[in-house]
Amino acid sequence: MANTTVSKPVGSPPAQRPKRKRTSIQGQQGLAGWLFIAPVVVILGLFLVIPVLMAAWVSLSDWTGRGSPLSGDVNFIGGSNYSAILGGEGLAARDFGTSIRNNFYYVLLVVPLQTALALFLAVMVNKQVLKGRGIFRTAFYFPSVTSSVAITVLWLFLFSATGVVNKVLSFFAVEGPNWFQDPRGVIHIVLSVFGVSQAPEALQSPGFLGISGWEWLAGPSVAMSAFVLMAIFTTSGTFMLLFIAALQNISGEVQEAAMVDGASGWQRFWQVTLPMLRPTLFTVLTLGLIGTWQVFDQIYTGTQGGPGKTTLTPAYLSFNSAFNNQRWGEGAAIAFILFGIIVVLTLLQRWALREKDIPKRRRMVPVGANPQSMAAQASAEKHARRTGTDNGNREGNSR
Amino acid sequence: MKTGKPTTIRKKMAVAATAAAALALSACGGSGFSESADEGADPAAGPSDAPISVLIGSSGDAETDAVNAAVDAWAGESGMDASVDVASDLTQQLSQGFASGEPADVFYLSTDALAGYAANGSLEPYGDDLTNKDDYYPALKEAFTYEDQFYCAPKDFSTLGLVINTTMWEEAGLTDDDIPTSWEELAAVAEQLTTEGTVGLGFSPEFQRLGVFAAQAGGGLVTDGAATVNSPENVEALTYVKQMMNDGVASYSSELGAGWGGEAFGKGLAAMVIEGNWIAGAMTNDFPDVDYQIAELPAGPAGQGTLQFTNCWGIAADSDNIEGAKQLVEHLTSAESQLGFAEAFGVMPSIQSVAEEWAAEYPDLAPFIAGGEYAQNLPTAPGTIDVLTELNAQLESIKTGDPQQILDSVQGDMEAALAG
Repeated sequence: MANTTVSKPVGSPPAQRPKRKRTSIQGQQGLAGWLFIAPVVVILGLFLVIPVLMAAWVSLSDWTGRGSPLSGDVNFIGGSNYSAILGGEGLAARDFGTSIRNNFYYVLLVVPLQTALALFLAVMVNKQVLKGRGIFRTAFYFPSVTSSVAITVLWLFLFSATGVVNKVLSFFAVEGPNWFQDPRGVIHIVLSVFGVSQAPEALQSPGFLGISGWEWLAGPSVAMSAFVLMAIFTTSGTFMLLFIAALQNISGEVQEAAMVDGASGWQRFWQVTLPMLRPTLFTVLTLGLIGTWQVFDQIYTGTQGGPGKTTLTPAYLSFNSAFNNQRWGEGAAIAFILFGIIVVLTLLQRWALREKDIPKRRRMVPVGANPQSMAAQASAEKHARRTGTDNGNREGNSR
Repeated sequence: MKTGKPTTIRKKMAVAATAAAALALSACGGSGFSESADEGADPAAGPSDAPISVLIGSSGDAETDAVNAAVDAWAGESGMDASVDVASDLTQQLSQGFASGEPADVFYLSTDALAGYAANGSLEPYGDDLTNKDDYYPALKEAFTYEDQFYCAPKDFSTLGLVINTTMWEEAGLTDDDIPTSWEELAAVAEQLTTEGTVGLGFSPEFQRLGVFAAQAGGGLVTDGAATVNSPENVEALTYVKQMMNDGVASYSSELGAGWGGEAFGKGLAAMVIEGNWIAGAMTNDFPDVDYQIAELPAGPAGQGTLQFTNCWGIAADSDNIEGAKQLVEHLTSAESQLGFAEAFGVMPSIQSVAEEWAAEYPDLAPFIAGGEYAQNLPTAPGTIDVLTELNAQLESIKTGDPQQILDSVQGDMEAALAG
């Protein structure tokens, strides 16, 4: 790095001398800067960037898992690993479709429920009047610090056919299912109560990702539901901690002001507390979304995708394709598709949770066609929000 | 201008960084793992002095100790270094070894994994060099043959038999003469053995058990290299199973609340199960009080049939000491070693010459080795394991499903897998 920045100006024509001096000073500073961040750059590069690039290459190659993926015998095969997963009705494509379906329902249930529960617990243990708050906080946080493998094993016991959960259910004259062995989809079970137990004609043919509409509508299987409960149980504690921290940042004056205005407790929660928790809410939802789309340990230790492939998730499928079936390209491709799904959903969520209280007229300011002025506009808005002034920003835009 | 300059510098930096990354990447390729892969691939004549590492997936201390003792004995005789490692996740550790170019020299290899590793050249095909190659059961050699090459020496094998709880058998008023020899008799005794809380016949919810009925009906998933998943024989077999399950005389172990057939049997949830010879060890360890006996599975419309499972001693093509590894494998598959393993952890020798000796030694388990005469292999071509998983997923709902429809849906997948 140092060589390029220093040696370059030496060869440059004399006409540029005044500038050269300045760049060389900047170069020196740059050198120091690079030196300071070098350890992190090296570590990140070695353990993050290079492996990711290699995985990207594997997903585009026909590497079979022997020797280096960069050796001469490995060929570039374009997107055929991706098309094997995303297109067609082959087994690989259907497995991927099934895994996406399973994980989709998992995310759909876990993320809102764990966020709501975490918020609820945080508000409860944050109450000044509550005695022994420390004990409650520890108790709620405890599952989060326990190894997920240990909890999975515990869950397998609790939810076995003759386990504690079914015993408790039997007190209420409910015959519990054989949780981790039951591949029936929850929505299918509900539908069968209404007499719909076979796929209607319209939903039989293979649809999106090779899975029929009837299969998409299956809902999480009973086995997956047990995993959903487990995820809520284990992660709520972590997120409760984040919410507690945020709640303690809200000053009492704000609440008092609301009380003076005559807001009820319910109103204060929805109109005052919750809006002030928005940044934390975004963090919690994002972390929840990423974590739930990557669910792996529970599946690996618990069910290995069974029963009936209803707990197969993309992360586990990726592992299985690569390590167990020697289809490394497909495994890597699944990982990248999963990455894409997570990025898109996070952006979507960011957009949905954006601050909507920016004054309308700000948005009406005409924006030039080129992206730079759009960026300027955005940063000006940010600045305006921070400082509370409007003046001077327009000049920046009209440059 | 002011804003322009830093951008170009940044661009240069970015280019430099990318170039550095690319360099680092290619450096990895050059000096890292590929070279050692080339070294090892050279089939040098005669054993080298390189130490031999053995990677096994062990069923318990008994197996680990027995393998350790056998390997140590060989190391003492031959003067070569050899060590045994027990894998916690064998497939994953093997894959990791092959990718890094530093695999274990000798390892357990399942029939499922053979095709994948053979296809990518990780395995040394040494089967035909073995001095005792004609002594192995032909069906076992076939299981480890990929593209007409006999890859590795079968370590031992297991077949499925009918395991009967003798206490329940007698309580139901049955005698040795009632041991079922046909499908009708099996269904009849299963019905007689079914009581409150106990089902007559139990099996794990997978084709790896139900496949015995397909074999007895004359079917199979693959016949002469062609997919025959939805053959009439297989449909007949599944229809028979479905009938028994819907009559309430047979059940999946999972429905009984057990992890596998042996657990259902040991807990008394099933009076008979279809399991392999590994059940002997499980019963001794977990359910020593349950009395049981083993019988050969009944004959179906096409005669007797069962499934067999086996592992082989794989040798890595990247091994630094292939000749030494071969000698070790010959030692480990010798009659003496195999009988030692049989005594230690209840496996059946893979060579025919000691079958009688084994049967005489373990008369209770003799029906298992008798099954070796007519046992079928499950398909092993690349990709077929996925098809089997898919079939198993479908079989979960056999009670409500239509056997023909289930098999039809998997037929296409099997065709695709066999076509490569």
